[in-house]
Amino acid sequence: MTQDRRSLLKTAAAAALLPGLGAGLAAMPRPARAQPTTLKIGVLNDQSGVYREVSGPTSTACVRQAIQDSGIAAKGVTVEVVQADHQNKADVGSTIVRQWIDRDGVDVIVDVPNSAVALAVNGIVREKNKVYLNSTGGTTELTGRQCSPNTVHWTYDTYMLARSTGGAMVKTGADSWFFITADYAFGHDLERNTTGFIQAAGGKVLGSVRHPLQSTDFSSYLLQAQQSRAKVIGLANAGTDTINSVKQAAEFGVTRRGTKIAVLLMFINDVHSLGLKAAQGLVCTESFYWDLNDRTRAFTERVRGSLAGNYPAMSHAGCYASVLHYLKAVADMGAPAAKASGTDVVARMKAMPTDDDAFGKGRIREDGRKLHPAYLFEVKTPEESRGPWDYYKLLQTTEAEEAFRPLAEGSCPLVRS
Amino acid sequence: MFEDLLFQLELGLPQVVLGLVNGAFYALLSLGLAVIFGMLNVINFAHGAQFMMGAFVAWMLLNWFGIGYWPALILSPLIVGAFGVLLEKTMISRLYKLDHLYGLLLTFGLALIIEGIFRNEFGSSGLPYSPPASLAGPPVDLGFMFLPKYRLWVVAAALVLSLATWLVIEKTRLGAYLRAATENAALVQAFGVNVPRMVTLTYAAGVALAAFAGVLAAPIYSVNPQMGSNLIIVVFAVVVIGGMGSILGSVLTGFGLGLVEGLTKVFYPEASSTVIFVIMAIVLLARPAGLFGRA
Amino acid sequence: MASHASTIAAPVAQDAPGLPGLSALGFNRAQSIAFLILLALLIAGPFFLYPVFLMKLLCFALFACAFNLLIGYVGLLSFGHAMFFGMGGYLAAHAAKVWGFTPELAILTGGAVGAGLGVVAGWIAIRRQGIYFAMITLALAQMVYFFCLQAPFTGGEDGIQRVPRGALLGVIDLGRDMSLYWVVAAVFLAGFLFINRVVHSPFGQVLTAIRENEPRAISLGYRADDYKLMAFTLSATLAGIAGGTKALVFGIATLTDVYWAMSGEVVLMTLLGGLGTVFGPVVGAAVIVTMQNYLAEFGAWVTVIQGGIFVACVLAFRAGIVGELARLLKVRL
Repeated sequence: MTQDRRSLLKTAAAAALLPGLGAGLAAMPRPARAQPTTLKIGVLNDQSGVYREVSGPTSTACVRQAIQDSGIAAKGVTVEVVQADHQNKADVGSTIVRQWIDRDGVDVIVDVPNSAVALAVNGIVREKNKVYLNSTGGTTELTGRQCSPNTVHWTYDTYMLARSTGGAMVKTGADSWFFITADYAFGHDLERNTTGFIQAAGGKVLGSVRHPLQSTDFSSYLLQAQQSRAKVIGLANAGTDTINSVKQAAEFGVTRRGTKIAVLLMFINDVHSLGLKAAQGLVCTESFYWDLNDRTRAFTERVRGSLAGNYPAMSHAGCYASVLHYLKAVADMGAPAAKASGTDVVARMKAMPTDDDAFGKGRIREDGRKLHPAYLFEVKTPEESRGPWDYYKLLQTTEAEEAFRPLAEGSCPLVRS
Repeated sequence: MFEDLLFQLELGLPQVVLGLVNGAFYALLSLGLAVIFGMLNVINFAHGAQFMMGAFVAWMLLNWFGIGYWPALILSPLIVGAFGVLLEKTMISRLYKLDHLYGLLLTFGLALIIEGIFRNEFGSSGLPYSPPASLAGPPVDLGFMFLPKYRLWVVAAALVLSLATWLVIEKTRLGAYLRAATENAALVQAFGVNVPRMVTLTYAAGVALAAFAGVLAAPIYSVNPQMGSNLIIVVFAVVVIGGMGSILGSVLTGFGLGLVEGLTKVFYPEASSTVIFVIMAIVLLARPAGLFGRA
Repeated sequence: MASHASTIAAPVAQDAPGLPGLSALGFNRAQSIAFLILLALLIAGPFFLYPVFLMKLLCFALFACAFNLLIGYVGLLSFGHAMFFGMGGYLAAHAAKVWGFTPELAILTGGAVGAGLGVVAGWIAIRRQGIYFAMITLALAQMVYFFCLQAPFTGGEDGIQRVPRGALLGVIDLGRDMSLYWVVAAVFLAGFLFINRVVHSPFGQVLTAIRENEPRAISLGYRADDYKLMAFTLSATLAGIAGGTKALVFGIATLTDVYWAMSGEVVLMTLLGGLGTVFGPVVGAAVIVTMQNYLAEFGAWVTVIQGGIFVACVLAFRAGIVGELARLLKVRL
């Protein structure tokens, strides 16, 4: 039975290692620190699973870059960064966030891929009146029915992807579609939204097939898609499923006969892992690309040294830009006031126009939605690519005010008040 | 009505072919598992991780040493098989006298370790690997569908290898020793056969089969650390349905379930990954030892 | 911290022989002491450690105890227990959020779902033994997972979010972590004692007899299948209760808890703590949950370390932490 105590001891020892933890008071929610000039940012994401490349350590590096670029240290405010792996489990994620806020005095939660975890964190941060800057989560619920005065949803959502890829592509003449959809809410949402935009733009959807999450073989679905004779095969799935679909589409020569493949959710890191040979000709939407303009190139140049060979995708750029804007708001209202109320900081963030190297000028809407343009890209052929990570060419731009779901349609309770 | 049927057939036949291709992977993987279970009485949960290692070793050979697909098809199973020898010698061999559950738990732990290490090293979104030039190029016209040459090669390779394994175990003297050793190790040892070494080599052979399947998979599936764990649960079901330890059973069931899955993808695609488990539950209720197993 | 715990535990421990009821619970002397230490830790814990973390630990501990009832005392390894845990969680969350059930009713709903599912799954699975039993439970769990992914009420991969903690019996508000903690601790304790009571009852003795020698037990006139089904259902019910409680603690129910990896995790907890020991699953759950929590900063190494523990357990100490300790002290724990 001493083992029971030993495991408790272990817990205690592990707990004691955590910074900012007093020996006996660990359990008690602590009042704000005596020195209010220290802010703490918690980067919560996937360090070991499927979202590692699009969030993971690269997000943390981007957050650090934002702190450096903000120059907030010169104003006497120190900013600490902690990070953790939520292992794609909502309970692990919630425990970490609760502990961060209650015990370690974390003020901001950043990143958070995986919509189940993203929504769980949304509730906790609101309850504790801190700040939540979501970048890698894609669910429109964050600015819809579950919207919160403590949350900013920065980078993208399924509506934006559907609008840009669906609507903008039809304008290029690709007007008949077939969907290969992952059979869960994310996939269904994407398919439904995209279908809406395709039809609104005068295109039509010839059919769709739903596959189980984490399938290995997509040839059967690709074949069904080909038999429909659609001009575009829309992939409403993510991660490994997308990579497998694309790889096998290349193998079956689907694109050779002029069929386009539109990937509804893809990050540049996915293109990298596919290789241009398999990925060439794909169409996808991101709200950031490192080689878009001088400012994005400058940002990438600054941050690249700490990325261990990875390049920033829109999700990482979102972590950078959201933290940068947060720190501007903090500098504006003073760190003590910012620490005292998350709602106040977010309100201030919404009141200030945003401007950063990654996304340019923009603003945050009252439901917490950050507005910026969405870019429709086509993946270059190996011949067109001039160097490492030179992957995209721009096809279409959807302007900031059009790119996201209109305020009225989100049924966010904050909007009515 | 007739036209409708013809249409269904036109839709269905290509799916049958594609199902066979997937079945080839199931067959190869479950073959390795069956060999290991039949001879060692160990349920090798690390099989998926070893499949993944096969694919990664092929990638490393290409990118680090410039060794292409065809040599990798031989080298990678040898390298991963050698790793299997190491595992068997140091850990698995200690468990033969215990309940199989311990073997299952040990190899489950090994799978977690192997996958974790690869994930740290290579990330999780996967690595590119192209089919060899001789098998690339435009798909072959089969009359009712276009099939990439590479897929034809996968089916052929899997069939030949399955047949060869079955022949070795059922028709050669080595196979006879192996089968005898499973029945009564002490007696075979008394005849002057080095049983522990034979068992080690059997494990290595099973692992090498998984690695071979991994190399076969590298050009068409995403090469990532979790590629094996996604597949392994299905392959378990295949082995159980076929009858644990039955070589022929696992091969036939592998191809058969590939077919069933392929057809499900047309008629009820959402359930295509669950259908195998439904079949497994039914089979186990009706024939506890599996379709081809000895009770 | 250890000294704190032991000073709190010590006076209580001295009273042990005098406390009525402990032997009626089926505890021997060593177990009584261990139990009193556990009790002391339960009471002192939230003043030293983060209550939400402790609540999670207790939910998993109850889950592992329920699982242990099956493997430790009936000798059946289920590789699909996540279906009871996860479905219990979903239904409890749904009951609390949509039907407006009070927390205790929501938790009971979780238990009822576990029981219902347990009867069905058990009826199919108990006809087979050993590895076939494990595989058939895995197959059934995969089907349940498929159902959860498809059914609209589970919210797909978003899960059921923002489940209210509600007020106990409609009166006591559980919004504060500490008040919820006492409820969770009570649920855990009730489940733990119930399992122990079952194990030491004549029913439990028959189960052990079946585990040791099934044909013999049958020849003695026991209907082994009925006993196994009953044990299976009990285990599933408690797993459902554990899942329901967890859903209330976090206010969420997600696919993680019905995924097959969760079935593997509970095996790991029980194995690490000690199969067939009374306190083993609790210790095992404590170690694993602590690891997940505090190793979160180490990123991808979490799975490597978990795998390492699995291997070490199987190779070096198969009896688990508590099992090895009991052997060292020459007592049953």
